[in-house]
Order: sequence, then C-alpha cells, then structure tokens
Amino acid sequence: MSLYYHSVTLDEDRCKGCTNCIKRCPTHAIRVRDGKARIISERCIDCGECIRVCPHHAKRARFDDISRLKDFKYTVALPAPTLYGQFNNLSDIDYVLTGLLNMGFDDIFEVSKSAEIISDATRRLIKEGALKTPVISSACPAVVRLIRVKFPELCSHVLPLLSPMQAAAIQAKGEAREKTGLPLSDIGVFFITPCPAKVTDIRSPIGIDASWVDGAFSIADIYPVLLEQMNKIKTPLPLAHSGIIGVSWANSGGESSALLQEKYLAADGIENVIKVLEELENERLTELEFIELNACPGGCVGGVMAVENAYVAKARIQRLRKYLPVSLNHVEGDSEMRRYGWNAPLEYAGVMKLSDDLEEAMRMMEEIDRLYKLLPDLDCGSCGAPSCHTLAEDIVLGDAQLNDCIFILRQEASSAGIALSPLFGKKMKKEGTINDR
Amino acid sequence: MKPITKRYEVLGDDFTHAGEASGKVKSMLRQLGYNSDAIRRVAIAMYEGEINMVIHANGGYAEVSVYPDRVEVLLSDTGPGIKDIELAMKEGYSTAPDEVRALGFGAGMGLSNIQKYTDDMRIESQVGVGTNMYMTILAQRPE
Repeated sequence: MSLYYHSVTLDEDRCKGCTNCIKRCPTHAIRVRDGKARIISERCIDCGECIRVCPHHAKRARFDDISRLKDFKYTVALPAPTLYGQFNNLSDIDYVLTGLLNMGFDDIFEVSKSAEIISDATRRLIKEGALKTPVISSACPAVVRLIRVKFPELCSHVLPLLSPMQAAAIQAKGEAREKTGLPLSDIGVFFITPCPAKVTDIRSPIGIDASWVDGAFSIADIYPVLLEQMNKIKTPLPLAHSGIIGVSWANSGGESSALLQEKYLAADGIENVIKVLEELENERLTELEFIELNACPGGCVGGVMAVENAYVAKARIQRLRKYLPVSLNHVEGDSEMRRYGWNAPLEYAGVMKLSDDLEEAMRMMEEIDRLYKLLPDLDCGSCGAPSCHTLAEDIVLGDAQLNDCIFILRQEASSAGIALSPLFGKKMKKEGTINDR
Repeated sequence: MKPITKRYEVLGDDFTHAGEASGKVKSMLRQLGYNSDAIRRVAIAMYEGEINMVIHANGGYAEVSVYPDRVEVLLSDTGPGIKDIELAMKEGYSTAPDEVRALGFGAGMGLSNIQKYTDDMRIESQVGVGTNMYMTILAQRPE
C-alpha cells in the first residue's frame, strides 16, 4: 500500500473553491487550483480539519459501507469508546454492544479492552526505562503522521506500541478463530470510529506491515441503525468487559491518567498539539515523562464523524464509567508484550524541503524571498495558496505563477492599459501601493 | 556560496512573543533540508538567546546567515550590557526577575546551554551600551 493513501477526499461538485480549508490546514497541504481544492498528498496527515471547516460539505472521509459485512463468514465489531458517549440517557454500555450484535455483527470486541492492555504495556515500558522520555503517545494517527512530516527530532520519542484499535483487531481475530475454527481470511473485524485518520491507519499502517483491521464504519453512518436496534432491546446481554481506564481513552487526558503518575501533559486540538511539539523540540518539557496528544478538540470524542458534541459526549462518558472497576485487562507476560510492539521505528519523511540538494534549496529560498517581497502580504488566499509566502514557494516549485495573485494581476493589467477598477470597486487604493509595506 | 541572510526583530515589550524568531529560522532550515540535529541546535541556542534579549535587554534583532556548512547567528541588543561575562556564563547564575522565573525561565542555564549547543560562541558587551552575541552552528559536528 502506498505511503500516501488518504481517507480525506474531495467532492468536486460541492467544492466552491473557497479559502476555508486552505487556511486551516495545519500542514499547508491544500491549494485551490482551477476553482477546486486539491490536496498535496505527501503533506496530508488526515487530521480531518478540512472536513470540520468546509461549509459546503465538500470534504469527505472514505469509510466502508455496511454491505462489506457480507464479504466475510464471521464479523466482529470493534467499537471505539467514543461510541458510548453518543447516546442520551444511556445507563449501561451493554445496550450499545447488544445493539451492534442485533444489527448484524456476529461478535463484538471493545477497543477499550485493548486500550487497557496498551496502558499496562506503556506503564511497564516506562518503568523499565526502555523508552526515550518524554514519551509521545502513538494512539492518534494524525499526530503520528504530523510528527513524521514536521518533527524529525521527535520521531524517536513516539511510543513504539500499536494503537488500541490494532491491538483489539489482533485479539478479536484470535478469539474468533478459536471460537469458529475459521481461517483468519474469513473473519472480518470492523472498527467503529469518528476518525478519518484511523481509516488511513488501516489502509497504510505505521509500525506494522499490514493492518489487522479489515475496514471502518463511521459513527455517523452507523448511528441511526444502531439506535433503532438499541431501542428494541429489553434485556441487554452482559458483554462489557472494560474498566474506567479503557473507557476514558475517548477523552483527552484518558490515556495519560491511566499511567497513574503526574509527570504527564495532555493536549488536544491540532493547533495546541503543534505548539506542544514545538516546545518539546526545543527541549523545554524535559521534566515530563509522557505526552498525550490528540488532533481533535477534546480527544477522540471530538472526531469529525462523531454525532454528538465533544463535550457532551465527554460528560456522558464520565457518568457511564462511574461505577466501573478501574481496569479489567492486563498484559500477560513478555510474549504478549511483544505482540503489541512496533516492528520498525517511526521514520521522518522530509516532505517540507524544497530540494534534496542543499545549495539548490538555498537558491530556491532566495528566489522565494525575492517573490515574497513583491506580494502584498495580505494572506487573502485568493490565489489558491494559504498565504503569500506559500504562493512564493509554489511559484518556485513550478506549481503557480506570480499573477495568480490578484493584486499583481491588477498591477500588470493597469500597466498594460487595461482598467480593472470597475472589477475591484471604486475605493481601490492607488496603484503601486503593493510594495509599500 | 553566498549565504541566505535574514533579519528578525525581537520585540522586547511583549514576553509572549519570545521564541518567534527561532521558530521561523527552524522552519526555514527545514525547508532547506538542513541536517536535523543542526536545526535542533540552532533552534535551541537561538531560543535561549532570544529569551535573554527579551528578559534583560528589551529586545533587539537577530541576524541569521545560512551557509551550506554552517549557520551563523548574531543577536544584538542595546540593553544594559553584561558586567562580568565569565560569571554570567556559569551554570545557575541568573539576574532574571521573579516574574520571569515564575514562567520557568531564569534558571541561569541560558548561556551555558548556548555554549553546549553551538560550535562557537562569542559575546561582546559594554555596560550601558548593549550586547552582541555571535554563534556558529556547524551543519555536521566533528566527531
């Protein structure tokens, strides 16, 4: 599978070519070209910010259709704990799990169970001093991909353990094979998630050769069907088997609190995540042992394909976990530890650099500086790039031209004797002000 | 090869802007594809210097010259100057005010950290006139 598979895609018909997504993309991975948004594949980290901000709903995430269940003889649902926060007046997680069975899955395996295993494994590794501190959580795939493209020095700090989703898939497939005698290829495990980055992590995983998860359904897609099934349940089956620690992973701070110590930081929202990573890179947070970072505000409950508001969901999960035991799942010995480790460290992908040749890159940088001085520094986005500086970069990289800037275009038109002032309105400033900064 | 030279104002009146110039230099070096260990050392040394300028000297400017084999940084201010440079270089020595210490700065590690992360540093200072700090970071540190 390609390194640059993405779940975030564009619906061309809905895209109006506005500037909302280009301005909000944390890796400057979107441009508007010929009136439509275009994603620069190697820079996209699938965080879903563009889906969140697009007023025309032109940005989508590729999830599987529920009909894919027919492709397998035996299917297992892997509900993310975030799912539990989507329902009003829910008193018992078993209603959700029983509802999943009633809507057509043969079995369920809670991702919160594996979250407890990963928490236990993290505690062990930190205690053994086996990790470079501060350790950065690897659970949020958008954060891991952000580090891979922007923070070379931090790659070695990323926790080399599978995400609870992948760990759950390994456990679920093993259990299902045991129960049914079917080969693994006949067993389909499907993650139920609010997160487009998880879809990418299934198609193009980091830390393992191939994903154990066969597909993903978005919470938003599954919600109406599941709710209908849940409303019919008289007595739910006793299926839930995870504690406060596992269920809390849905919220920012949940993974950290599971480490049972105070030397941690938990940040959420992609802008905050970037600020923390910069601090880390400047070696300003050396007193901390663990850094939990979630790209979405509030943590996974803030995922773009969740139905409920992140903070409402968080409050519900707090209530749901109240009478749960602390943790019901633990790592059994060293051989199990090895099952959940990465088989390769995270490697930096220098996608931001201008050229592989340093001197060539320096010449390009000089040209960027020269062009940037010609631009109005308004960062209006009308050229299709998020800022004047990125336009200058795009020109030098051969992907744009100077008169994509409407102010430059106006200047050129006026020196060619074409009056554009009716187009720009009468209160337009005099020509020549462009360089007056 | 002619270096790329950039000048950044370091605003002294607002502590919350401290660290911006080193952040910009870091992204520039990354775009150039500079050695990542060198980028880290430039960013930290310059950050420490920038913080010092804001705490003690009411800001100034930073001039950064990027060569293929090294980065040279000049941090220049017109602040109070450093009376005893040797003493100021000592780990743990600090004249930072309490309100700055409350933010976690002023531990007296700034200058010694700069020395640690750079391959060469030089301070010229005159009391009542100002301070110039020159640092050089090599793209490849000799073994």
